[in-house]
Amino acid sequence: MMLEEKELLKNILARVPFIEFLDIKFDIVDRELFATMPFKPMLIGNDFIRALHGGAIGSFLESVAIIELTWHLNFEVAKSETSFQIDFPKTIDFTIDYISPGKATDSFAKARINRSGKRYASVSVEAWQGDRDPPFAQAIGHFLVSS
Amino acid sequence: MNLVKENKKKEIIKFFNDLPFNKMMGISLVSMGEGLAEMTVDYNLDLIGDKKTMVIHGGVVTTLLDAACGAAVMSAGVPKVPTATIDLRIDYLRSAKPEKQIRAKAECFRITESVAFVRATAHDGNDVVPVASACGAFTSPI
Repeated sequence: MMLEEKELLKNILARVPFIEFLDIKFDIVDRELFATMPFKPMLIGNDFIRALHGGAIGSFLESVAIIELTWHLNFEVAKSETSFQIDFPKTIDFTIDYISPGKATDSFAKARINRSGKRYASVSVEAWQGDRDPPFAQAIGHFLVSS
Repeated sequence: MNLVKENKKKEIIKFFNDLPFNKMMGISLVSMGEGLAEMTVDYNLDLIGDKKTMVIHGGVVTTLLDAACGAAVMSAGVPKVPTATIDLRIDYLRSAKPEKQIRAKAECFRITESVAFVRATAHDGNDVVPVASACGAFTSPI
């Protein structure tokens, strides 16, 4: 099962060039998905205080929420031969709470599926730097699982 | 024409267009009015969210809307300090069409000494239905 989960994650990520572009990495720890966005100068959005761009934080949170949901929704197709058989959810809305400025250091994130029904799903995601608590940004998104 | 305001405007446009993350994403600030800003992002294969549909990632639209809202806030008065996003909500009204440039228009419709309130839409052509709409609160730069 573990191998299939890893394979599924690899196949999902192969579909999303933007995640590679931002250099977001995913790890499976105890069957849970953790994400890392290593710091790079290009992620800066405020040169004066060396803070991460709001869009970089938002993109990170949104990517992590989508990957978590896609990963959970597609366990059954984990054995599929091509990544194109994987179904991606569609984002309905996404609300970002910028708790405090993102520092010029690595960021981590974990998503939680609040509910995944027949048509709709609700996903929360938290991002932190250093200690997990308190997070520096969090978001909640709703997704269309099947139309 | 207020010279201080004009110089400040040029300074702000340069500030946004020089930001590393905006440059990397291909985002540019194309126009700015009083409390208004327009920004574009060019279609680029690196920004794709799903190779099957070739549609741009939602995060790119979020970045564009966040940046446009920030620019609208900075143009809503004579800013003394930079602004930061407090919160931002994006509604994804439909998928963006592959290969199209996306243009965001943002409006800061209320600014106080503490908070700026903003709304924005993103279009990928002449379609009446925007790709996305956003509303948010920012820290006040005035």
